[in-house]
Amino acid sequence: MPITDEVKLDDGSKLGSLTKKIRGHQGMIIGSVIVFAVIAIALLAPLLAPHDPYEQDLMKRLLPPFWDSRGSWEHIFGTDHLGRDYLSRLIYGARISLLIGIGAALISGLIGTIMGVMAGYFGGRVDMVVTFLITVRLSMPVVLVALAVVAIVGGSLQVVITVLGLLLWDRFAVVMRSSTLQIRSMDYVAAAQAVGCSVSRVLMTEVMPNVVNNLIVITTIEIAHAIILEAALSFLGLGVQPPLPSWGLMVSEGKDMMLFEPWLITIPGVALFLLVLAINLMGDGVRDITAPENRN
Amino acid sequence: MSAVMINAKNVTRNFSISRGMFRGKQILRAVSGVDLTVKKGEVLALVGESGCGKTTLAKIILGLLPQTTGSVDLCGQSIMDLPRLELARTIQPIFQDPYSSLNPRKTIGSIIGLPMRVQGVENSATIRRKVQKTMDLVGLAARHYNAYPNQLSGGQRQRVAIARALVNRPQIVVCDEPTSALDVSVQSQILNLLSDLRKELNLTYIIISHNLAVVEHIATRVAVMYLGRLVEEAKTSILFNNPHHPYTRALLESVLTPEPDLGIPNTQLGASYPNPIDPPSGCAFHPRCAQVMPHCAMTPPLSNNVNGRFVECHIYNDDSAENAD
Ligand SMILES: Nc1ncnc2c1ncn2[C@@H]1O[C@H](COP(=O)(O)OP(=O)(O)O)[C@@H](O)[C@H]1O
Ligand SMILES: [Mg+2]
Repeated sequence: MPITDEVKLDDGSKLGSLTKKIRGHQGMIIGSVIVFAVIAIALLAPLLAPHDPYEQDLMKRLLPPFWDSRGSWEHIFGTDHLGRDYLSRLIYGARISLLIGIGAALISGLIGTIMGVMAGYFGGRVDMVVTFLITVRLSMPVVLVALAVVAIVGGSLQVVITVLGLLLWDRFAVVMRSSTLQIRSMDYVAAAQAVGCSVSRVLMTEVMPNVVNNLIVITTIEIAHAIILEAALSFLGLGVQPPLPSWGLMVSEGKDMMLFEPWLITIPGVALFLLVLAINLMGDGVRDITAPENRN
Repeated sequence: MSAVMINAKNVTRNFSISRGMFRGKQILRAVSGVDLTVKKGEVLALVGESGCGKTTLAKIILGLLPQTTGSVDLCGQSIMDLPRLELARTIQPIFQDPYSSLNPRKTIGSIIGLPMRVQGVENSATIRRKVQKTMDLVGLAARHYNAYPNQLSGGQRQRVAIARALVNRPQIVVCDEPTSALDVSVQSQILNLLSDLRKELNLTYIIISHNLAVVEHIATRVAVMYLGRLVEEAKTSILFNNPHHPYTRALLESVLTPEPDLGIPNTQLGASYPNPIDPPSGCAFHPRCAQVMPHCAMTPPLSNNVNGRFVECHIYNDDSAENAD
């Protein structure tokens, strides 16, 4: 038996090198910190919110935030036009934004991944059908369709999540199709077929683990996308309905008082901006550190 | 007389090539009417330039690609009738590029153990024991069990691919250019390993190569392929001592050039390799043939049994024999 050719097994454990890579990726760290902070805030909202977000006090309408000379520490971010504590609404609003973002991305991710993986793996007719559906979907303006549907069905949290979920699968399908196409041509897929793996086994153990990093990136993009779309729909009055404290709805409700009480818009606006930015930073980071080429 | 392991009859495979939206489809005949028989214990080398259809033929024999026409029998049973798992126990591939043939997300142990799990072995201790035995058999150190493919060198990766192919002890192994992606220094190690394993495990091989020198020592029989057809087939010694087909001769001369490993053998073959979408008329080799005759461009040659070999060339067709000399 011939001697094994030279060895270059690295001693660093897989986990160790992963931590090192994450540490080298500052955008990912910043993004993750913000995202996990928002998740924590959303989960702990009842503990963190200083007031009931729905409690109105017309005597205390439109109080400015603490940095204003007229502001008070009791209502750190002031109050809205119905006298509700703005910080508490912001905290509860994180729940709505995350729920919508994650819910819509789950639905669209499921639809898009199944379609894209099928198209990429089976090709031929399946691919033709999926490609056609993607084209149809791309020819529909998302905001207009969502507006129309919500206008007809009526806006509610569930409706917004479902409608966005049913509209935002195109990027999942396109990316999953092309990454599956690429993985499918790899010899390890042929080898798995040759050892007798069923189609579902090939898809689950050979294809999916190698496209999942792209899937994560698209998921973060679509979560951010859905959050922004919800804000836009709510701003137009067709998203989640009052009195739910959605960030988009807060901007919308504040827009009439924009001139004299600008914080009504800037506070939820900045929150939205930071969350979307953080999710995207995190997605970029995940893509960079999970590429198998860099695994050493 | 040993048992026939592979019996391919008149195997043809067409690909339809789309040439853009408005230009319609074209047929590319990658494999064209190939007859092939491999007996138990034989090592059949399939040689020919890149693009002549070797991989396509191998994939058909492995059941990974359906043939357009023709039939393939393994151990007397048509591959169409063989259940998936039985087919996998009978025949296994070793691919050319060990960087593409190992899933980068799996450990070596799980890659080599996959064929056992697919066959229904559930006891992880059994799997581990057998995987480690097979790793030892192919010369892989046991400490690589939990390594990932990118921690191994090309030669080690190819050993992993060999171990995966052999862990369930198949009868036939199809090696598609098993060394051409490896460093020259490692190539002979892998070839020796394959050769040792064949004796040890009583395997039957098809070894694909575009380099005749690679196969001279390991093959018992050689089939030369050109543009989807087998043009000459003989026992290794017969073929190397006295090649008949002008293409085989040209290939053998190319082996003697200083750098035989630089891909396509390139010698006095003159005109370049033809476009398989639009093959030459008559004998497909005639535009490059040193001994071309007028009717070579008109009629395709028939296969003849000449001096202990099959050769498909007008020079050896009975009716044209007089014209040739
Ligand atoms: N999936 C495919 N679709 C279209 N053409 C193909 C496909 N696979 C192989 N071919 C064509 O078939 C011919 C033979 O290819 P292949 O069997 O890979 O040759 P080899 O292994 O001898 O280099 C080539 O011309 C190649 O372009
Ligand atoms: Mg090939």
